[in-house]
Amino acid sequence: MSNTILEAKHINKYFHDPIRVQVLSDINFSINKGEFVSLTGKSGCGKSTLLYLLSTMDTDYDGQILIDQQEMPKKEEAYLAKIRNEKIGFVFQFHYLLNEFNVLKNVMLPGLKLNKYSNEEVEHRAMEKLRILGIEQLALKKANHISGGEKQRVAIARALINDPHIIMGDEPTGNLDKKNSDMVFDIFSRLSDEFQQTLLIVTHDPSFAERTHRTIHMEDGRILDQPM
Amino acid sequence: MNKKLLIDIARSLLLARWKQTLVAAIGVTFSITMFITLLSFMSGLNDLLDGLILNRTPHIKLFNDIKPNLNQPIKIAADYKSGHHFIESIKSDANRQAIYNSAAIMEALKKDKRVLGFSPKLTAQVFFNDGNIDITGSMSGINPVEEAKLFHFDEYVTSGTSADLTKVSNSIILGKGLAGKLLVHIGDVVQVTTSKGERFQLKVVGIFQSGIKDFDDVQSYASVNTVQKILSQPSNYITAIQIKLFDIKLAPAVAKEYEQVYQIDAEDVQTANSQFETGSSIRTLISYSVGITLLIVAGFGIYNILNMMIFEKMDSIAILKATGFSGKDVKNIFIYIAVSIGIFGGLVGLLFGFGLSATIDQIPFNTASLPTIKTYPINYNPKFYMIGIVFSFITTYFAGWFPARKASKIDPVVIIRGK
Repeated sequence: MSNTILEAKHINKYFHDPIRVQVLSDINFSINKGEFVSLTGKSGCGKSTLLYLLSTMDTDYDGQILIDQQEMPKKEEAYLAKIRNEKIGFVFQFHYLLNEFNVLKNVMLPGLKLNKYSNEEVEHRAMEKLRILGIEQLALKKANHISGGEKQRVAIARALINDPHIIMGDEPTGNLDKKNSDMVFDIFSRLSDEFQQTLLIVTHDPSFAERTHRTIHMEDGRILDQPM
Repeated sequence: MNKKLLIDIARSLLLARWKQTLVAAIGVTFSITMFITLLSFMSGLNDLLDGLILNRTPHIKLFNDIKPNLNQPIKIAADYKSGHHFIESIKSDANRQAIYNSAAIMEALKKDKRVLGFSPKLTAQVFFNDGNIDITGSMSGINPVEEAKLFHFDEYVTSGTSADLTKVSNSIILGKGLAGKLLVHIGDVVQVTTSKGERFQLKVVGIFQSGIKDFDDVQSYASVNTVQKILSQPSNYITAIQIKLFDIKLAPAVAKEYEQVYQIDAEDVQTANSQFETGSSIRTLISYSVGITLLIVAGFGIYNILNMMIFEKMDSIAILKATGFSGKDVKNIFIYIAVSIGIFGGLVGLLFGFGLSATIDQIPFNTASLPTIKTYPINYNPKFYMIGIVFSFITTYFAGWFPARKASKIDPVVIIRGK
């Protein structure tokens, strides 16, 4: 079982406002190292909600989440922040780059926060990630001076900087045109094939889901079929 | 490293909004400038007004007060030892005003470590004769050297020199008002009649102006020897010893002690001039409250700007949190922003405050009652600068603390899912 990176056990989640609604009921699944998994379902089925629970950013749930075989405590905000920093990389629908910094600094920020390598090393690693994604020439540009597709690639580089156990994506291609979507997908599958990067991507794009190793379908807060 | 990173992020956020930052910093600068200027000026003025009286007032004055004897004969009578005594038509004692054993007391004072210095004094009531006019006046016998050293006597002698009192025999320094009435100048001779009818010719060697007109109209100074001569008294005749201590706060305690030891009346400066202390402390209180009010207003400015910045930077805060910055990190970033505005604005404010005080210090301020003052008084006490910078730090810290806490509580999920 040492291969399991992420595991969810009996996850139940309720929304309390305005009335108590169950959005997730008894979710159980696990993701192994190196898997490229997509999570699909119709709008409102709870797939994003599940992703944010798994990401440790939302702690209001019942059940257990294990990352790297460690159970995530629900109350310790600073500890969870450290876990996110070290073990999880995020790519969202929106890029969320900081306009105050250039591309390189944006990629470096989580690495500097991790404080494992020296400033120069983090910079070197950030350049390396940018090179893998083919955007090293943008390194010194301001974050708001590059195109949408480029921004998303920078966001992926930022997710990669600390060599996370898993990359989580919430509709990372949702805002992109066909060409850029394909490019982002190619990056993901390359990361998976070449670097054995574990990925969990929420998407409602069927063509995207089809091409991943495994697809988890959700409906009304439940996981449907789960071919192992 | 973590701290350095947070400061780096704070700096970038600040510089990205440098206009807002500047406005906030100018608010702090302005309030610190006014705080420093106000306190320097106010306390300069306080010192001036206090000095007007306190510089010339001894910390402790030893003298024999005119009062009824506490040991009335009935107390000594054995038959009436018990019970309460009612004595009517009691009169003040006709004891002499001179201090007994004045030489011995002065010897002892010289050895007392708490005493900065002392100066003997005696006072005579005299008439100044000018033709057929007799002007009532008071003549104090002083030691001009000690008096100048301890009570700034020289500062009030506007023409002539006080040291001439001892150099020229039978000399006198007149109050400006008195000299004006007598129409005399330095080098002229005035005629003085004592209460016992004896007449003396005294040479005017100086004119003094204390700033208190009633005083200048009647007061004159001569050397101790001259006044003793006028009063036909021996050279140990002294009616008061004026003492200045190293620490003015000890005056009441030391006065009580001397009263016991020398069997004499001792009056301390706090009792004699309590109103000055009250006036000073209230003026100081007013300046502090105005200064601090200014700072708090500046604090609200910073609070507003930070609130706005947090509103604008919701996305950035969300992603910082998503990528592993804790709530505490985010809070620190915004506190760094606030405090750096405060420190920067405060330091510039200190400089401007110093500049403005120095400018006020150059403005001419001539008043007849204050002969030694030529410009507005300013007190350059480093304490004000310390308080200024500490307060600018504290107000901006708290102005930043509330928005920063708000930022630290932002839920990244709400922001990210809201898109």
